[in-house]
Amino acid sequence: MRTENRTEVIVVGGGPAGIACAVTIARAGREVILIERGSFSGSKNVFGGAIYAKPTREIFPDFEKTAPLERKNVIHKYALLGDEDATEISYRNNEDDNDAVSYSVFRSKFDRWMADEAEKEGVILITETVVEDLILDDGRVVGVKTELEEYYANIVVLADGVNSLLAKKVGLRNNISPYDVAISVKEVIKLDKDKINDRFHLRDDEGCVYQLFGGSMLGMLGLGFIYTNKDSVSIGLGVTLNELVENKIKPYELLDKLKQHPSIAPLIKDGELLEYSAHLIPEGGYKCMPDLFADGVMIAGDAAMMVNNMHWEGTNLAMMSGKFAGETALHALLEKDYTAETLSHYQERLEQSFVLKDLKTYKDLMDVMHSRSASFLGYFPQKINEFFKMFTTVDSIPKKEKYRGFIKSIFNDRNPLELFKDGGNLFKLLWGILK
Amino acid sequence: MSIDEKLFTVKSVPDKVSHLKPEAGLCCICDSKACTYVCPANVYEWDKENEKLIVNYENCLECGACRIACERQSLGWEYPKGTKGVKFKLG
Ligand SMILES: Cc1cc2nc3c(=O)[nH]c(=O)nc-3n(C[C@H](O)[C@H](O)[C@H](O)COP(=O)(O)OP(=O)(O)OC[C@H]3O[C@@H](n4cnc5c(N)ncnc54)[C@H](O)[C@@H]3O)c2cc1C
Ligand code: SF4
Ligand code: SF4
Repeated sequence: MRTENRTEVIVVGGGPAGIACAVTIARAGREVILIERGSFSGSKNVFGGAIYAKPTREIFPDFEKTAPLERKNVIHKYALLGDEDATEISYRNNEDDNDAVSYSVFRSKFDRWMADEAEKEGVILITETVVEDLILDDGRVVGVKTELEEYYANIVVLADGVNSLLAKKVGLRNNISPYDVAISVKEVIKLDKDKINDRFHLRDDEGCVYQLFGGSMLGMLGLGFIYTNKDSVSIGLGVTLNELVENKIKPYELLDKLKQHPSIAPLIKDGELLEYSAHLIPEGGYKCMPDLFADGVMIAGDAAMMVNNMHWEGTNLAMMSGKFAGETALHALLEKDYTAETLSHYQERLEQSFVLKDLKTYKDLMDVMHSRSASFLGYFPQKINEFFKMFTTVDSIPKKEKYRGFIKSIFNDRNPLELFKDGGNLFKLLWGILK
Repeated sequence: MSIDEKLFTVKSVPDKVSHLKPEAGLCCICDSKACTYVCPANVYEWDKENEKLIVNYENCLECGACRIACERQSLGWEYPKGTKGVKFKLG
């Protein structure tokens, strides 16, 4: 057996999944190398976004004391944007409920902080290094090949994010389809703290998470978002790749148009662009997940398609899956057995936790949304806005006539079969979630 | 604001060689030119006159959208070397 460049566990990818995995292993006193292609953790990473307090505390119990956090989110807003109008819902959590909290962060700061903490706890971090391939011996994964060197280990954990070229190379996953990923573009726009607080109805370091449906993406499978940071707001959108090709439109054109919507433009008025960025979101969910383990290898986080796109959750699933992979690796090291059979504990842990339970709950979501995006993300948002327009217009027409007219209009602009399909799909979705 | 102006805000260290390698022959017979729509950095332009895909790889944000969307599944795509490529300040 090789002794040089040898360690117990190699983790590929220094994002939330990889860091959570590596720190779990290091804390138990085992040797672990974390390899990240960026010049530091986070330098290649982009999200909306917010990290969730409770799952993050499971990895870094005191992170709130020293991590670079932007704002503590207390307001959650949802807008159905028509072409020009909008219907909004806002929920404000006024309790000092510590578990419900999420924080807006910048990944190049937050991931870097997590990686620094992991190093303090014994993780050996190698940056600026792309893992190009896995080394196999008799079908077992026994190491990794980087640009310059080869490293060997008993177990390799793939936490290399949505593109996971490595999972594909060892045949754990098939090609991803343009229907199963969204491209997200994002702009961080500098604004005074006071302006942010006024425009979003916030106090001090309170934050707002704003989800946008429709608008420039009416009828497309896409969602917009705004997060507030200390002195800036992050605005962006994610749209599935097939929509862009079918509609012959570029993602930044959709974002430009979204920013001009009359309900959105005032929120970012006079702001200055600090950084533009883009990243893929794995959206396919449960049905697109790869095999999660094989001899000598496990896959965690985005690389395993673990994103709950209904709730904008990804970092939490990444961290928890990373942690479970780390615990499974520790168990395997104790047993000195790195076969698929031992590593299958990883899958069991995931099945018992919210990670796979939630992914299963929403397993039909994407199918339904793909087949009904024109109605659920186009027609109905517009119709809801039309309803409120009718409801709020004072025009001397008797109300009964107006309501009847509105209901009639639904049957006029949609044929009964389509309405039936809408209803059927909604039922299918709800049934899938609640059963 | 144009996409080029947006891209000015991104810090990046381009390599001397491209990490994006389209298959010229297949690009010619590709109907959708999907890469030209999905790319968030406008890296790809179809040069009608010369029937050739122009690849401004220096602007690449390393998202992977073109690789997945490529109609012919023929786009050679790798990560830039560890010392190269984008370096988000915020992300
Ligand atoms: C626009 C957008 C908004 C989002 N909003 C939210 C949100 O608000 N809240 C939330 O919880 N989640 C959100 N997500 C999802 C979340 O960002 C991801 O689920 C999460 O980052 C996954 O973590 P990961 O560690 O699995 O992968 P990543 O964070 O992608 O980390 C993978 C790491 O591996 C490195 N790497 C890749 N390949 C190699 C290689 N070959 N060699 C070496 N290193 C490699 C990368 O550089 C990277 O650092 C959002 C995502 C996007 C794109
Ligand atoms: S989508 Fe693929 S085949 Fe078509 S032009 Fe782009 S790179 Fe070439
Ligand atoms: S990886 Fe993303 S940014 Fe780079 S060329 Fe492809 S689509 Fe464009």
